[in-house]
Amino acid sequence: MSRKTLILGLETSCDDTSAAVVLNGRTVLSNVVSSQDSFHLRFGGVVPEIASRHHLEIINPVIDEALSKAGVAFRDLDGIAVSYGPGLVGSLLVGVSVAKALAFSLELPLAAVNHLEGHIYANFLTGATISFPLLCLVVSGGHTSLLYMEGHGQIEILGRTRDDAAGEVFDKVARALGLGFPGGPVIDKLAQQGEAAAFSFPRALMGEEGKLDFSFSGVKTAVLNCIRRETEKGGQVRTADLAAAFQEAVVEVLVEKSLMAARQRGMTRQFLLAGGVAANGELRRKLRQKLESVNMELIHPPVELCTDNGAMIAAAGYYYLRQGRRASWDLNAVPNLELEGA
Amino acid sequence: MFVIKSKSEEMTRIVGRTLGKNLPPGIVIALNGELGAGKTVFARGVAEGLGVAGIVNSPSYVIMNLYRGRMELYHFDFYRLEEEEELQELGLDEYFYAEGVTLIEWAGKFPGVLPPTRLEIEIVKDYEENSRILYFKPLGDLEGFLIEELKKVAAPGN
Repeated sequence: MSRKTLILGLETSCDDTSAAVVLNGRTVLSNVVSSQDSFHLRFGGVVPEIASRHHLEIINPVIDEALSKAGVAFRDLDGIAVSYGPGLVGSLLVGVSVAKALAFSLELPLAAVNHLEGHIYANFLTGATISFPLLCLVVSGGHTSLLYMEGHGQIEILGRTRDDAAGEVFDKVARALGLGFPGGPVIDKLAQQGEAAAFSFPRALMGEEGKLDFSFSGVKTAVLNCIRRETEKGGQVRTADLAAAFQEAVVEVLVEKSLMAARQRGMTRQFLLAGGVAANGELRRKLRQKLESVNMELIHPPVELCTDNGAMIAAAGYYYLRQGRRASWDLNAVPNLELEGA
Repeated sequence: MFVIKSKSEEMTRIVGRTLGKNLPPGIVIALNGELGAGKTVFARGVAEGLGVAGIVNSPSYVIMNLYRGRMELYHFDFYRLEEEEELQELGLDEYFYAEGVTLIEWAGKFPGVLPPTRLEIEIVKDYEENSRILYFKPLGDLEGFLIEELKKVAAPGN
């Protein structure tokens, strides 16, 4: 690959269709996500969610926009990267098929990126110098995983959720409180006006040193029961207090397990936070505080690179291709793809 | 209609597991109940009964998870879906008429897309006792057929 390597990254694993152009795995030249307002304006209206047919309808305009914003043409590209799982099979297939067609016709190498690994690589787009080994917490609507990385592509899973993902619980509690979707940002904001001590919710699997798995289904049920009791009592449900207490319970578990991972697997210089919930202000504050007390540095992506995006896939793809990890033409979507160790 | 009372999360899972052991290929299970009723707990039991190894997560975000046991398990969740149109685009029919077991959380949101032959299960929270009541309702060709299997589920020793 040339010294200036341009990778086009495609991400269609769930709701959003995204394409991005990234230079040398570090610099975002463009990152177009179908749910962004700027794209809606171009496309003329709100782009509906979820369905793979919509990915199919808008992926070409999204790619065109990504190229034109980056000021490059197809012939300038050095590689194509695509997330091929985990995710919704119909949605994934759109990205995978388009990526294969592009790579084949442009005679470019193709990188098949694990969506979760992509989230980690959003941190390589922050400008920070990142050094291995490192610990990482990927926390989103679909996943909650603690990982140890020895080097590029060498991932060890330390813990993961046994039931609901943290982001999913944020969404469900927000809906139960009548706050709308997505739940993360609204709860984060509302919690600032609330008193976390007003309610006490369970912290699952907290006491067990060494156990790095998560469970958020219990706190979800406890909050829902509490909302119901409050509603029955009549009067105003203390929404802000509930949001604050709930958020504190989830954040505390995430932070404590992260520190536990460091104690158990070894302190690393850096700790990466990734995934949609990495945008949560309280999580960032508490985690940074605790990590600093043991001389570890917290790195997290800017908000727009926390949620699903093509730039993180392009960044991961750059390192895949640099290691010679090219996908073959029979690449398929793998909806239940796991993170593999080295 | 068949009713089982579950006094704990563990028992809900065991009921699911026993059912999972006795499921015929191609069956569709429509699972309903409010948030926190234990739908995913029940589904985890069904997966265990089907011989699925490993963790069974909530599929709310990804809409569908596929697991491999003695039969495939297609674990759906309609929670996040808003329009019936979105469902048709997921290619649901392909799963309904496949060889594996289809289990759908929040199936009641879109009753129109479900096949007439299915097992309806509703989990109802009893707040006073913190227990759950599970209602089983086999429909269509399943009528009567599954009752013997369900009695096994409710029988002591399971």
